Amino acid sequence: MTTQVPGDALVSLNAVNKHYGELHVLKDINLDVRKGEVVVVIGPSGSGKSTLCRAINRLETIDDGVIKIDGKVLPAEGKELAKLRADVGMVFQSFNLFAHKTILENVTLGPIKVKGLSKAEADKDAMALLERVGVGHQAPKLPAQLSGGQQQRVAIARALAMKPKVMLFDEPTSALDPEMINEVLDVMIQLAKEGMTMIVVTHEMGFARKAAHRVVFMDGGQIVEDSTPEEFFTNPKSSRAKDFLSKLLTH
Amino acid sequence: MDVIIENLPAYVDGFLRTLFLSVVSGIFALIFGTLLAAARVSPIAALRGFSMTYVEIVRNTPLTIAFFFAAVVLPRLGVTFQQFEVAAIIALSAYTSAFIAEAVRSGVNSVPVGQAEAARSIGMKFSQVLTLIILPQALRTVIPPLINILIALVKNSSVAGAFYVLELFGYGRQLANAHGDAVLWVLVGVAFFYLLITVPLGYLANLVERKVAIAR
Repeated sequence: MTTQVPGDALVSLNAVNKHYGELHVLKDINLDVRKGEVVVVIGPSGSGKSTLCRAINRLETIDDGVIKIDGKVLPAEGKELAKLRADVGMVFQSFNLFAHKTILENVTLGPIKVKGLSKAEADKDAMALLERVGVGHQAPKLPAQLSGGQQQRVAIARALAMKPKVMLFDEPTSALDPEMINEVLDVMIQLAKEGMTMIVVTHEMGFARKAAHRVVFMDGGQIVEDSTPEEFFTNPKSSRAKDFLSKLLTH
Repeated sequence: MDVIIENLPAYVDGFLRTLFLSVVSGIFALIFGTLLAAARVSPIAALRGFSMTYVEIVRNTPLTIAFFFAAVVLPRLGVTFQQFEVAAIIALSAYTSAFIAEAVRSGVNSVPVGQAEAARSIGMKFSQVLTLIILPQALRTVIPPLINILIALVKNSSVAGAFYVLELFGYGRQLANAHGDAVLWVLVGVAFFYLLITVPLGYLANLVERKVAIAR
C-alpha cells in the first residue's frame, strides 16, 4: 500500500457506500488520488469499478460517505455540481459524442457554453487538441463518420477542452476493435506522461504496467488491493487478485 | 361541379381561415407541447406532476370539450375576446399540445442516455443539456409523428365551424344548406381544400425526415 499525506488528495473517497436494491455495489470505499497520479482500477465485471468511476462525478448517486474533489465536497445537484463536473473530465466506454454535432463542435461546445469562451478562441483550442490526438483533419465530420478509435480520441479531446483537474476513464477501450485499442491507449499514455491526474477503469493490463502509478483491484464492491503495478502483477497479496490474474494469463 | 366554381370566393375565404387557425394553433401547440415535455422530464417533481396531469386530462377528453371550455367557460370566468377565432385557437392549441408533448417525450426517451451523461460530465446545467443536446436530437426523430399530429390539427380545426368561426367546414355547411341538390359536390370541394393543406404536409414530413436524420 502506498502511504498518503492526508489533505493532499485531489480526489478523495471516504467510507462510500452504494446499493442497487439488495445489491451492495460499493462497500465502504476509501480512496485518495493525489495530483498527477495515474490510478488504474481493475477487477472482474460486476465488481463495482465502473460505478466507482461514475460516482466520482456523480453520474451515480451514493448512499453514504463523502467524495471530495480538490478539497470540495461533491454537491448533490444544481449549478454547484455542474461547476464541479466541469473540472472532472470523463471518457465513456461508448464514446457518447454528441451525434448531431460535428467533431469540432463536440469539442468546443463545453468551452463556449459552460466556460463562456468566444467561438474563435474555442475553435483554436479545439483544433490544437484534435491535432494532438491525431484527428485534426476530421474536424468538420459528424461522429458517425469516424471509426471507434477516432471517436474515442475525440471524446478525450472533448474532455480535455474543459481543462479538467482530473480525468476519469470508464473502460475507454472495451467497445473498440482490437486494432484500434492502441491508438487510444497511446493518447492516454501521453496524457499520463504530461502529468494529468487520471483514474482509469480498464481491462488493459499493458496500460496498467506502462502508465499507472497505482493499481486498485476491486472485487464484490470492495477495494481488495491497492499497490504499485509491479507489486500487483508480480506479487498479488489476496487470493482473489491471484485468481483474477491467473484467469487473464491463461489466454 | 358548378357549385364549387360559383362559390369559389367562399371556399377560398374558408380555406384561408382554416389555414390561419391551423398555422397559429400549430405554432402555439409546438411551443407549449415542447415545454410540457420538458417539464415532464425535469428534475422538479411539481413540474412533472403538472405536465402529466395536463396531458392525461386533455389527451383523453374530446376536442369539443376543449372548445366549450374556451368559448363558453373562459368568458364566464372573465376572459373575453372579440372574435371566436381566439377561442378556437386556444382550444386547438391546448388540445394539440398534449399530443405534441407525448410525441416529444417519446423522442426524448429515444436519445441514448449517454448523450445526457456526456453533456452533464462537461459541466452543462439541466437546461443546457435539454436545449443543446437532447431536444435537438429528439425533435429530429419525432418529425413524422409530429406531422401526423399537425395533420390531425388541420382536420380538427373543422370543429371551430360549430363555434361560429366561418372556416372551411363552416362555409361547407352553409353551402350545403343553400344548395340542397349539390351537397355531394359541396363536400367534394371542402375535402379538396383540406387535402390542399394536409397532403403537402405529409410530403414535407418525408423531405424533412430525410434532411435531418442523424446517423448513429
